[in-house]
Amino acid sequence: MENNAADYENSFYQEKGRYNGVLSWLMSTDHKRIGIQYLAAILTFFSIGVMLGLLVRLSLIAPGKILSQNTYNQVFSVHGILMIFLFIIPGVPVAFGNFFLPIMIGARDVAFPRLNRLTWWLYLAGAALVALSLFTSGGPPDTGWTFYAPYSIRAQANITLAVTGVFVLGFSSILTGLNFVTTIHRLRAPGMTWFKLPLFVWTLYATGWVQMLATPVLAITLVFIILGRVFGVGFFDPSRGGDPILYEHLFWTYSHPAVYIMVLPAMGIISEVIPVFARKKIFGYKAVAYSALGIASVGYFVWGHHMFTSGMSDTARIIFSFITFLVAVPSGIKIFNWVATLYKGSIMPNAPLYFALSFIFLFSIGGLTGLIIGSLAPNLHLHGTYFIVAHFHYVMFGGAGFAILTALHYWFPKMFGKMYPEKPAKVGWFILFIGFNLLYFSMFILGYRGMPRRYFDYPPEYFNLHLISTIGSWILAIGLLVILVNLLRALFRGTQAPSDPWGGKTLEWKIASPPPAENFHEIPEIK
Amino acid sequence: MVLGPSNIAGKIETSFLIVVSACVVLLVAVTVTMLVFLYRYNRKRHPVPGETRENIPLEIIWTVIPTILVIFMFYFGWVDFDYIRNPPKDAMNVDVISRQWSWTFRYKNGKQSDTLRVPVGQPVKLTLTSEDVLHCLFIPAYRVKEDCVPGLKTHLWFTANEAGTYNIFCTEYCGLEHSHMISKLITMSAAEFSAWYQSKPEAKAGQKGLDLLQSKGCLGCHTTDGTPKVGPTFKGLYERKVTVSTQGKERTIVADEEYLKRAVLDPGSDVVKGFPNIMPKMPVSEDELKEIVNYIETLK
Repeated sequence: MENNAADYENSFYQEKGRYNGVLSWLMSTDHKRIGIQYLAAILTFFSIGVMLGLLVRLSLIAPGKILSQNTYNQVFSVHGILMIFLFIIPGVPVAFGNFFLPIMIGARDVAFPRLNRLTWWLYLAGAALVALSLFTSGGPPDTGWTFYAPYSIRAQANITLAVTGVFVLGFSSILTGLNFVTTIHRLRAPGMTWFKLPLFVWTLYATGWVQMLATPVLAITLVFIILGRVFGVGFFDPSRGGDPILYEHLFWTYSHPAVYIMVLPAMGIISEVIPVFARKKIFGYKAVAYSALGIASVGYFVWGHHMFTSGMSDTARIIFSFITFLVAVPSGIKIFNWVATLYKGSIMPNAPLYFALSFIFLFSIGGLTGLIIGSLAPNLHLHGTYFIVAHFHYVMFGGAGFAILTALHYWFPKMFGKMYPEKPAKVGWFILFIGFNLLYFSMFILGYRGMPRRYFDYPPEYFNLHLISTIGSWILAIGLLVILVNLLRALFRGTQAPSDPWGGKTLEWKIASPPPAENFHEIPEIK
Repeated sequence: MVLGPSNIAGKIETSFLIVVSACVVLLVAVTVTMLVFLYRYNRKRHPVPGETRENIPLEIIWTVIPTILVIFMFYFGWVDFDYIRNPPKDAMNVDVISRQWSWTFRYKNGKQSDTLRVPVGQPVKLTLTSEDVLHCLFIPAYRVKEDCVPGLKTHLWFTANEAGTYNIFCTEYCGLEHSHMISKLITMSAAEFSAWYQSKPEAKAGQKGLDLLQSKGCLGCHTTDGTPKVGPTFKGLYERKVTVSTQGKERTIVADEEYLKRAVLDPGSDVVKGFPNIMPKMPVSEDELKEIVNYIETLK
């Protein structure tokens, strides 16, 4: 590859543009530099979120000994807000989407590079506002990440500031979606027809539409909260003619589709990785592509399943339950096609594949337990318990989180031009996988036995399972640490990565590692 | 059909078990297939990838079969839902009033309690509401819950199958003491229930005041044994000097009858130092107020 690299200009790390130092990053409009910055940011917030999560777990095995009741409520709320709004919603699109979308479709950058830079600044501004809310008068939000009214209107914590931060983050998300959809429509290389697009691009396309159409609903909901707190406007206050259930409708109208913002691009990553390591073309390309669009469109109409015990009418509950079951089908189709891709393959069991296949297992548990709580009668029991906590951690962490780890190990050589040692990556994966299941599977049982979520304290009969779960959280943390240290070491001491270490067929593997600033010397023609 | 401690519990458990079984079968099928392929087509055993073609019939099969399957699962979640949600006409109504952070159960004859007592074999309908933020009444053993929404009346119902004592939790996050908003459901024979239901509170000194504190949920935040909770304890409070904040200014006053009455009717006027200003205004009559103050006096 050495002789090949000489044909190219410098890598994008050398191409600084008009500025030096930190500004060469902050002021850059290069999609790859923006992607790397986003990656660093989301992993930082993920790490802080993990630490807060560990603290929650620790407090639960000795209620009152480690955290006070009030601190506990703040810690689980901030854990949720960081993980959802600063890590997993921006997540795959801003980091890996930014870096790879233009390359995979044979473009030099996204359609609006400056708008892309603006999203990064908005993200930083939103993050700064959220951070400010933690340390200024009033103290961190204690409402949970859902900001349910009327509690969020009355609570004395710094909710207005935190909500404003999330509002700004929403704009970052909308503009990223807009940019990606336009890029995919306008900047595909000659011959890159819709059905030649890599599946990761298909999922970013579907996700982009959800970001554009759903996020404004969140924005207006958050504005209503701010108006309620600052000016006493009673949108959600019954004594002023408002309705608390309206808040739930508005909030979940965004926040359910947001689940697909988190999970669709994660599925895209899996659809890239499995064929490469099975040495096969993806089985059922069109089915996998269409199922992404199916999930994105039907996903708008299932928000009510978050409200089966809210006091909403019984008819609405029945309809939402029915549609919820239908949205499971396209996810199933993806899983069947991934497994079928392995059939008659020549499977190379490298680290990225470990993460990708454990995604399938964990996400299946997350998805199937979604059917259990999507059922009307069982939901009456399981709603608001640890069963829900377990379910969404299997979907969010076992799904989207494991996909991000898959992507990190799959694209690391391309992004940083370095190879990492495989063995520590696999050891880290194994520890993480064991810890993950101890931590979260115990929560299914806790929830089934009636343990409510967001409880600082609990009756003694739940102690043993809480203890197992907390021990799991320590094992999980060790696994994450091994994975992270391995990659960080490789960043400095790794061997030079070839341009195509895995034998990938998509365009990013045809250019140098790390890519040159312009991506392609000449725009490739796809045959 | 599973039997449970209540009519509803058995029905929900049955539909839970059906849906869970279907999910376990699907999970095992996917995982085992994946592991078999992983072993069989490992590069060592299968160095050259084989040819597979797009297979439209297969795609259709694994779209249609799961669709039928999930519609069946939906059906088993829904089949008893009408029954679970619609109480019979002869159900005994109990009003449930929730607030940060206590429950009041009010019966038809005006009797109030902070625990829920019901007779075995009699359908009971709970009519739920909230005085402040969202709460949710959850009886894990009965497999039922429903939110308590301010400004709205929601409901759930059940018939107890056997006598016993069960937890009642709040499962909608409602602030500081959310995890201590716990009460009990006590089920008893019809005779025992009717004895309790007809009984008048004994005329012991202050007993009426204690009953009032209990039924209005005051004891969710205030104790009578000297330990401070969310609010100050009642023990030894009467005629003690307390530091309060009045409109932001600190001053020391004596907790006399007049102060105690003011603290109930307008809790925000003088807030005891070291405690948050979060107590809701309680609707109490002049007589009730007198009983409460009399009772606090006995705790000197």
